[in-house]
Amino acid sequence: MRYFPHTPDQIRQMLSDIGVASVEQLFSTIPSEMRLGRSLKLPAGMSESELSRHLRQLSAKNQAGADGMLSFIGAGLTHHFVPAAVDQLLLRGEFFTAYTPYQPEASQGTLQAIFEYQSMMAELTGCEVVNASMYDGASAAAEALLMAGRVGKKRNRVLLAGAVHPETVQVCRTYLTDSGLDLEEIPFGGDGLIDLGRLESRLDDKTAAILVQQPNFFGCLENLPRLAELAHGKGALMVVSVLEPVSLGLMEAPARLGADIVTAEGGGLAGAPNFGGPGLGIFGCRAQHVWQMPGRLVGQTVDKNGQRGFVLTLAAREQHIRRARATSNICTNEGLVALAATIHLALLGKTGFCELARTNAANARATLELLEKKGRARRAFPQTAFFNEFVLRVGKDAKERLEKAASHGVLAGVWLGRFFEQLSDCLLISVTELHDRRSAERLAEALEV
Amino acid sequence: MADEKNTGFGTRGLVRREPLLNERSIAGRHGYSLPPAFGDVAAAENSIPQQLRRQQPPALPELDEPTVVRHFTRLSTWNHGVDSGMYPLGSCTMKYNPRLNELMARLSGFTHLHPYAPESMSQGALELMWELEQALCEITGLKRFTLQPAAGAQGELCGMKMVRAYHTACGNPRQKVIIPDTAHGTNPASAHLAGYRVVEVKSGPAGYLQVEAIKPLLDEQVAAIMLTNPNTLGVFEREVGEIARLMHQAGALVYCDGANLNSLMGIARPGDMGVDVLQVNLHKTFSTPHGGGGPGSGPVGVSEKLVPFLPVPVVEKDASGRFFFDYRRPQSIGRMKAFYGNFAIMVRAYSYIRELGGEGLRRATELAVLNANYLRARLSKFLKPAVETPSLHEAVFSDEVFEGLGIATLDVAKRLLDYGFHPPTVYFPLVVHGALMIEPTETESKETLDEFISAMEKILDEARRQPDLLHGAPHHTHVGRLDEVAAAREPKLHW
Repeated sequence: MRYFPHTPDQIRQMLSDIGVASVEQLFSTIPSEMRLGRSLKLPAGMSESELSRHLRQLSAKNQAGADGMLSFIGAGLTHHFVPAAVDQLLLRGEFFTAYTPYQPEASQGTLQAIFEYQSMMAELTGCEVVNASMYDGASAAAEALLMAGRVGKKRNRVLLAGAVHPETVQVCRTYLTDSGLDLEEIPFGGDGLIDLGRLESRLDDKTAAILVQQPNFFGCLENLPRLAELAHGKGALMVVSVLEPVSLGLMEAPARLGADIVTAEGGGLAGAPNFGGPGLGIFGCRAQHVWQMPGRLVGQTVDKNGQRGFVLTLAAREQHIRRARATSNICTNEGLVALAATIHLALLGKTGFCELARTNAANARATLELLEKKGRARRAFPQTAFFNEFVLRVGKDAKERLEKAASHGVLAGVWLGRFFEQLSDCLLISVTELHDRRSAERLAEALEV
Repeated sequence: MADEKNTGFGTRGLVRREPLLNERSIAGRHGYSLPPAFGDVAAAENSIPQQLRRQQPPALPELDEPTVVRHFTRLSTWNHGVDSGMYPLGSCTMKYNPRLNELMARLSGFTHLHPYAPESMSQGALELMWELEQALCEITGLKRFTLQPAAGAQGELCGMKMVRAYHTACGNPRQKVIIPDTAHGTNPASAHLAGYRVVEVKSGPAGYLQVEAIKPLLDEQVAAIMLTNPNTLGVFEREVGEIARLMHQAGALVYCDGANLNSLMGIARPGDMGVDVLQVNLHKTFSTPHGGGGPGSGPVGVSEKLVPFLPVPVVEKDASGRFFFDYRRPQSIGRMKAFYGNFAIMVRAYSYIRELGGEGLRRATELAVLNANYLRARLSKFLKPAVETPSLHEAVFSDEVFEGLGIATLDVAKRLLDYGFHPPTVYFPLVVHGALMIEPTETESKETLDEFISAMEKILDEARRQPDLLHGAPHHTHVGRLDEVAAAREPKLHW
């Protein structure tokens, strides 16, 4: 086996130095009744070339990921182009084969990169503090609600307002079970936005936080300043979940519009969808709440010679120090994905990030215009502003149309009947910089609108 | 020491000061090439309500591509990875990350697949997940797995939530979870997040849990015991069978932290020891890279009685051989994260399992245990092992030998950096004074182990003759010993 450097002679030598007769004897502390006593029933091992062929065959069975397939699926994980330099740098073994930077003197590369990540994400979200990452956008939102519960000690309820991604809702429900916090969903109104009247009537001095998604699950833009006013009026925190990070190039940073905690899914900045994982949970908050924050933080310091360096800091919040009383149980996070997003943002820079956002917004409008041209389909929430994703009402046969389009090589979006019965005649369509006029025309043809 | 300073270590080649990205920024530069928009950009911008629109562009650095590539290449050279040298971090299983698996995880049929693409067009991914689950079931002896958790700690939380859901379904969620004092910090944190009170139990003098210590803690409010096997001393919990029997008799469950599974593959299976829930760290045992702190993957396996509580969805295979996601699971705990888990990590782990096969996995375990025992035997000649009991995949030593010389474990760790080794895990497990916890893994050669042993021997010699050399270590790294206290006193968390 090419990973095992041992020769038979060396094994004999090592056994003799240990003072045992066989490798078998090294396992003598495992009682015999607990031994497997047979070989594992797994397929026989493969050579490198056989394995490569096998995985290529499996990969080819994913027609939806094939080159030439045209996709408009977003719904919480948008496929953006990621420059080649990003993955080339991720392949530096010193980055991807390192562990969590517990020994800072041997981990300055990772630590400085995370410091740069925290700095750039603080700029995009408007937060004073951003941590080194969480698992994904959904679990980051759930941890934000738990954190809000710790900040507002006597408050025991959180409100999930409007069109929050259904899987974010599920993750929050799971995380909040047995946490002492009740979760209540506030429905969305006919305009695709939070029902403000309902929200106002449910907000009280027991509310720890409201969770709002921006742009929301339907791509619509919520009125964050007004929502912040309502939440803060009752002393609740506003948590804003961003699942399309590119929107932050055109939209004001949520913390500047009143968000107390901002969580985001950054996977789209780091790489392709990868069937949904790994993602990148971005998590930021106010400096005054930093001790209630989950996850790792990198801080700047100096070495014994006064030279600048970086270390993990404020660790007294974390599980390896505080154990059961930690702010979270998180340990391993999404370090390499955070690095990828950092490199991508460094390449885009100030102008590129905004241009990318504008291109997404412009392409989405042009695509919508094309889809509505013949009058056979119409945006479901026509009066509401959107970024790069919209809900298109195509008719009762929406699901069938989607399937038919797929057979023609166009993944035309997500059928919303999957999540909301009242929207079963609708598709959720995401448009990015990867689309052009021809792809919009192909979409219209494939959907027969 | 003066001699070392003059040899030029750490001052040549790529090892130099690299400014922060924002310090390299020059207005007007950029490192991107975007396609032109095909719609009206100004109209799109104006369609965003003024009060929601960004007032000024975010202050991101402005850099060209060569500068960015050089910046991160330089940063990478200040990192020690498994590729750089031995990385014997105990409990972390820092084994070699096979290159083919990196390539396979980058096949566009995997990377370009969206989680909401039609199942009929994602059959390769579903098949891979299904096969990976089957393999994990066989390796661990458990009934079913969820692949959803993104890391070991999330797996623990997922597992403890299933424990709670099980007890709740039985009529009483119960209140307490027993956790040994040798446990990882994530264990009590996860049990607490699942709504349980942690009751600590001391491991016995021989380094393993004794049935007698557990008996007095058992009552009808105990939901589970959360143990690690082999534990963080590397010692096999030989009484686990009897402990499991007692727990089950009391209606409680057995959670096993699978962080140390690398010492059991093909030898013994947690499922056969009475374990009901186990999380597996694909980024440890199954060779997927740690990425400087993730992404990991923490699948959770369960015994028969916990199957109904697995998160949604699970992968199923119908009579015609078609794979599909099953969401209709009324007793499920729900979801731990969006979509299906860290799929790109699953591809690497699956690739590893298929390359090694059953025999290869067993060989990996045997050689990992051989390497650890070799280190233990040779290091024991001049260091004090934490326990006399034989250990499996890792060797733990206390600071007894050098504490009297005024040398702390941290000094030894930092000096190891000068010899080109990443230090072992230090000060853990908490039950060992000044612990050094060493896990070499199977992919280190005897020559490397010999070099490590010789480095340790030299360091102990230095501890006697030139203790200041250790107190001031490291001397040959990019930066000297960093002031962590100052970092926490006045946190500077962004530029």
